[in-house]
Amino acid sequence: MERDIQKLSGIACTIRQDIIKMLTESASGHPGGSLSAVEILTALYFSEMKVDTSNPRCEDRDRFVLSKGHAAPVLYATLAEKGFFDKKHLSTLRKLGSILQGHPNMNDTPGVDMSTGSLGQGLSAANGMALAGKLDNKDYRVFVLLGDGELEEGQVWEAAMTSAHYKLDNLIAFIDHNGLQIDGEITEVMNPESISEKFKAFGWNVIDIDGHNFEEIFEAIDKAKETKGKPTAVVAKTVKGKGVSFMENVAGWHGTAPNKEQCEQALKELGGAVNG
Amino acid sequence: MANLATREAYGIALAKLGQENKNIVVLDADLSKSTKTADFKKVCPERFFNMGIAEGDMMATAAGLSTCGKIPFVSTFAIFAAGRGFEQIRNSICYPELNVKIAATHAGLTVGEDGASHQAIEDISLMRSIPNMTVICPCDDVETMSAINAAAVYEGPIYIRLGRSSVPTLNDENTYKYEIGKAVTLREGKDVTIFATGIMVNEAIKAHEALLKDGISAEVINIHTIKPIDEEAVVFSAKKTGAVVTCEEHSVIGGLGSAVCEVLSENHPVPVKRIGVMDTFGESGKPGELLKEYGLTADNIVAAVKEVINKKK
Repeated sequence: MERDIQKLSGIACTIRQDIIKMLTESASGHPGGSLSAVEILTALYFSEMKVDTSNPRCEDRDRFVLSKGHAAPVLYATLAEKGFFDKKHLSTLRKLGSILQGHPNMNDTPGVDMSTGSLGQGLSAANGMALAGKLDNKDYRVFVLLGDGELEEGQVWEAAMTSAHYKLDNLIAFIDHNGLQIDGEITEVMNPESISEKFKAFGWNVIDIDGHNFEEIFEAIDKAKETKGKPTAVVAKTVKGKGVSFMENVAGWHGTAPNKEQCEQALKELGGAVNG
Repeated sequence: MANLATREAYGIALAKLGQENKNIVVLDADLSKSTKTADFKKVCPERFFNMGIAEGDMMATAAGLSTCGKIPFVSTFAIFAAGRGFEQIRNSICYPELNVKIAATHAGLTVGEDGASHQAIEDISLMRSIPNMTVICPCDDVETMSAINAAAVYEGPIYIRLGRSSVPTLNDENTYKYEIGKAVTLREGKDVTIFATGIMVNEAIKAHEALLKDGISAEVINIHTIKPIDEEAVVFSAKKTGAVVTCEEHSVIGGLGSAVCEVLSENHPVPVKRIGVMDTFGESGKPGELLKEYGLTADNIVAAVKEVINKKK
């Protein structure tokens, strides 16, 4: 699929703007960890994954599991931009009766492959999808995005054992390594480092990248595809709140929505990025 | 067939089903010889996944498999399935209403010698409280096999509660018709209704015979599906007899007794006595000794019946 970096950068910028707008509208939600994952989701949905917006549950599609379910805004903005549903829904985020629940629910939102939100469960579900693909000799891939704070959940490591044990080379896990969780720096709250060494020790192929650099993301995906008999973990160094100066690297923006003024300021900065 | 544990009937039924339906996959957490999923592994090894001692991971993996059209049967002991796996069952299976069957074995006190840590007496309560979940507790081998077959064609999450110890066969395998959510009247009566589930159904029948000698006519109804409970059957029988005893190898909090009381208190209140584990942990012992020690025998049911009949207006 086409890997036009300039085009993807434009899409990423639109997705960031949509995240800010929808969070402001709902006055609730998680901007920090949504903004840090924009390039990863943009690369996956616009240059990598085989998906069919007119048939979201197509059996042969690639799957994506947002294990860090609180980053729902980045998933919703990406799916809407891709065309799974009308963008008008974005302003209903977290509101009563919305198809966009606070955390993703596969039965409410077209294009969502797994319900998530309770941390630590998404990699297990992704393993299940990858196992099914192996059983059925299908060539789809399963992508999963985990948070770095999420790695503190024991189930992640149960699942990491499973992925390696069953040699799920059709599974690629991205770790959105933005260094922050609700209560502060991950290394201070409960240090999960060294993330790369841990995945290596669990039998994974591990690739470290800059998670905002499209070329590095694609290079990692290509390397993952070449790796047989092992799952791949892409440890993506990112910036929490990326693209909005006052949100960058501030733990407080994990789960706080911007107000109108902050929204305008953020959009101005993001608009600059589009033009610049 | 007679005197098989429900877990053994599960293994037999699952192995047969697995050969007929290629979408069935089985997951176990290092207990396949005890849960009897090893029977399935023997005939369908490529569709059996040992998940190691990691119940939370197992539940969510099953969820992922089901999104791809597989029908996962997930097994471990009830304490680990409903206990350790509760939140994964709630969020990854029941919330998205995925087609996962949790067949939990070694439920209740009759686990025996392993003691309280392994005796799940809260699992019906936990599973019943989750939206979209169906809860089934078969009474014998015939009912277990029918329930497993029914579960495989039913679309949605199901919790099936199975036991470790042998139980007598009550149902005729040639004539028994099983339907999820439909209570089975085993003995007609007019003075009292005994609602029982699982291994306590047999005790209820024994109580029925004993009560006949005292001139008491007890209706015995097998509630194999605790959720959704057969409200119509519960209310109909309570109206007829005017007094109710519930029997389960489970805590009296949140299980069959609670479910029956919920239905009756809102529709047709009558005196009720619950037989079950009285909000206490079990202990090590032989299954029979434990049932006696914790008041789960036909004698206890007889006493409860007499008590509840005296409360009738």
